[in-house]
Amino acid sequence: MVVGLIAADLRYNNLGRTRAVLDTLVAPIIWVADIPARLGQWQNTHIRTRARLVEDSARLQRENLLLQGRSLQMASLQAENTRLRGLLNSTTMLRSDVLVAELIGVSPDPMRHQLVLNKGASDGVYVGQPLIDADGLMGQVVEVGEVTSRVLLLTDLTHSVPVQVNRNGVRAIAEGTGSLDALEVQHISATTDIREGDLLVSSGLGGRFPVGYPIAEVVLVQRDPGQPFARVLARPSAALNRSRHVLLVFVKAAEDAAPASQVP
Amino acid sequence: MNANNALVFSVMAGSFLLAALLAVVQIPEWLQWARPEWVALTLLYWCIALPHRIGIFTALLLGLLIDALEGAVLGQNAFSLTVLALCALLLYQRLRVFSLWQQCAVVFVVIGLHQLVGQWVQNLEGSGARSLLFLLPAVSSALLWPMMLQVLRSVRRYYRIS
Repeated sequence: MVVGLIAADLRYNNLGRTRAVLDTLVAPIIWVADIPARLGQWQNTHIRTRARLVEDSARLQRENLLLQGRSLQMASLQAENTRLRGLLNSTTMLRSDVLVAELIGVSPDPMRHQLVLNKGASDGVYVGQPLIDADGLMGQVVEVGEVTSRVLLLTDLTHSVPVQVNRNGVRAIAEGTGSLDALEVQHISATTDIREGDLLVSSGLGGRFPVGYPIAEVVLVQRDPGQPFARVLARPSAALNRSRHVLLVFVKAAEDAAPASQVP
Repeated sequence: MNANNALVFSVMAGSFLLAALLAVVQIPEWLQWARPEWVALTLLYWCIALPHRIGIFTALLLGLLIDALEGAVLGQNAFSLTVLALCALLLYQRLRVFSLWQQCAVVFVVIGLHQLVGQWVQNLEGSGARSLLFLLPAVSSALLWPMMLQVLRSVRRYYRIS
């Protein structure tokens, strides 16, 4: 019976509904288990010295000024981008909607890089939805319960993401290694132009992740003349083990809306 | 008799819930590999103490709950806890007369077996551990066994469950 269950879940993937129901059932346990972490958070935000607050406020003001300055040209650049894309006959890029979610659980198994979020089917979360934080792509939703959802991180052993090098557009696949600070870029032939320090962004080729989110920075390129492929390691841009507030990106909604909002 | 049954059920369910909580509560990263198998330990105790009440079927249901909790393949923990319960049911008469240290040794072996079965299923999925670190919980669980035994035994005696 158990073997049957394992086979059904692993091979045929048809226990989605059962999983959703079970997820909803265990949601309270996860919620309670998160209380210590939330207490720490509360203490962090409510019990601070005045000096820390002043310092924080100053830093945030500086950052805000910087970001505002950078976004001044955003509108005109976006218009120009749309015009140029129109000239090239390609579809317009759409800004996608996001939903802020909070982390309420981490997988207890160190080999399984999964997170539990406090948003579920009732908030419109769907399986396959990409997840980002302030610095880059984090992973994708793999299970949706009624009020929680489970996310597979980029670095999980079973996860791969299509990427391209931001500098020259070389395409590749980045696979998780099971370690939180490394992705392995697979099948880069020994002569490909890829260097340490290159930024990898999502290429959007799988149709699952939106284009252009930063994914990782190449930290190691090893070219062995005896091997057909180079060994390339990259460090994820997102703060995979530090972010508590994350963003769920609604790609599907944006795609559905695309035909209506396209300007000729 | 009926009221007694309800009491037994609630005490056991309470202990399992607490164990499940401990199994997912966040702990420092360096401790993660050595997180004791709380649920397995609790199940082991109840199997040894009340083999006529707790058995393979309980282990199966409990395992499914833990699977959902951990986001594991549905059936992984169900499988490994079933194996654990089976071992406990075969061994309980001997375990009861063992000295504490002998018991710890047996717990080490049984939890290790539980971990191995879990790893086996994870390897099917492709997310198995790359080193033998996954056996660390067996060590930490065995070290925690005396405490677990004391706590659960006092709970059982307090509520006069048999």
